[in-house]
Amino acid sequence: MGAIFRRELLAYFTTPIGYIFLALFYAGSGLFFNLTALRAGSADMTSMFTLMIYVLLVAIPILTMRTISEEKNQKTDQCLLTSPVSLWGLVMGKFLAAFLIYILAVAMMLVYAIVVSAFAKPDWLVIIGNIVGFMLLGAAFISIGIFVSSLTENQIVSAIISFAAMLMCYLLSSIAALVPVQWLSDVISGLSFVDRYTGFTLGLFDLSNVLFFISACAVFLFLTVRVLEKRRWS
Amino acid sequence: MIEVKNLSKHYGDQIAVNNISFTANDGEILGFLGPNGAGKSTTMNMLTGYISSTDGQALINGIDILEEPMKAKKEIGYLPELPPLYPDMTVKEYLRFIYDLKKCKLPRNTHLADICRLVKIENVYNRIIKHLSKGYRQRVGLAQALVGNPKVLILDEPTVGLDPSQIIEIRSLIKKLGKSHTVILSSHILSEVQQVCDRIVVIDHGSIVADDTEENLSKTLSQEHKLIAQIEAPTQQVFEAIDTIKGVKKIELLKERPDSVNDYLIETDEKTDIRRELFEKISSSGWCMLGLKTQELSLEDIFLKLTMGESIKGFKNSSKEGQQ
Repeated sequence: MGAIFRRELLAYFTTPIGYIFLALFYAGSGLFFNLTALRAGSADMTSMFTLMIYVLLVAIPILTMRTISEEKNQKTDQCLLTSPVSLWGLVMGKFLAAFLIYILAVAMMLVYAIVVSAFAKPDWLVIIGNIVGFMLLGAAFISIGIFVSSLTENQIVSAIISFAAMLMCYLLSSIAALVPVQWLSDVISGLSFVDRYTGFTLGLFDLSNVLFFISACAVFLFLTVRVLEKRRWS
Repeated sequence: MIEVKNLSKHYGDQIAVNNISFTANDGEILGFLGPNGAGKSTTMNMLTGYISSTDGQALINGIDILEEPMKAKKEIGYLPELPPLYPDMTVKEYLRFIYDLKKCKLPRNTHLADICRLVKIENVYNRIIKHLSKGYRQRVGLAQALVGNPKVLILDEPTVGLDPSQIIEIRSLIKKLGKSHTVILSSHILSEVQQVCDRIVVIDHGSIVADDTEENLSKTLSQEHKLIAQIEAPTQQVFEAIDTIKGVKKIELLKERPDSVNDYLIETDEKTDIRRELFEKISSSGWCMLGLKTQELSLEDIFLKLTMGESIKGFKNSSKEGQQ
């Protein structure tokens, strides 16, 4: 796992992917911070975090599109799968590397909070809640991206499907509102990423929401392992 | 040591590898020969645990690749058909990654330096892989297989894309490695297998059609005798004369020269030796026999014979018969 983690991390910075992701993230968050906090003269950064979800929808597929599809395309998976590394080790190595890049991106949010604290007294609990929520949401999105990447050999296809899948997850609560059947609507909105995320933006630390994102993450990583396994056994 | 027992691989209804069994002993280089699409790579992918087998068993040094994959994979160095290289890494980064990936315990820098010296990639050690030529990439792929000094080497067409001098180097390297390792080498280059391998397994349509040393293969397969005679005489009369000898199955003109010294290929059945009678017939007719030799089956012939059956012989000869 360690070897794969280190190689992935290196790959993010020897290819443009890591730079593109960070640039997109920093530019987006900078813009939204400027608009919603600095210019509005508000110490509340929640709207910046809410707007950043749109950046996530675009940026995470870029981050994860090559993770497994590229290995397949260049046949380097032959090297990984014939080495003494378990499939879980492989998938976790890739996940953690992508997540570390993501943490580097989100860390910038702390800088904004410090900037705000120079002018006013920000509500640190809300900021921490936002950051934790954002981390969890990102982790779930990354694992979806890695899962989609394991389904195709084409990076572009991987990015587009990841984007669609994440958008779907994001829109679940809106879809739920359109479903006339009550129980089905409840089930769908129960799976809504946004509803779960909103709790954090209010500074509420609900364990069930934390568990929801961690489970989503685990489920998609598990599915990725199954996809790799299935290819071996087909 | 590699033991393969009744290994099969099915893709739906399609049978890629059908119930094959063979053994490669320590210190032996086993040549895996077959036409494209015969199932060589599929078999190698099963041996290395890249894909599973539908049926049967593959043991690497006594360890089942499917039951204890972690342990078995540590014993294997694998060079797939396409070297699994990351184009954006330097050779150094790549080999260090492989070193970590294989959880290698040998002293890193000296071990990697040894391998680089062995496959002669020291001068490109700090270059980015995507800028390397095909020959160098192939050698980096081979280096990758050697990391961790595995006892079993599985090489899928290791000399593809190399220039002739590199091919000779890599072949002699494989021969050297074969003394201390178990090597399985696949190829469709017959002379390569002939030069490098101790034993040859011929595979066709997913089944093993032969498993023996090259000498034994040519012995068992050369059922009929073929003679090549160089005779100075008018062609048509030679044909008529030889045709009267008992045991001759077929005569054909191999090479025609303007001074009417021609080469003839004479096929006889295996029991009769017609050489004496042939000589007498030629000399009594007042012609001159300038040469006579028996033709042994080359690996090419063996290969074609095993993989394409009898049909190919007719095809090969028909072009020459056209000249008569």
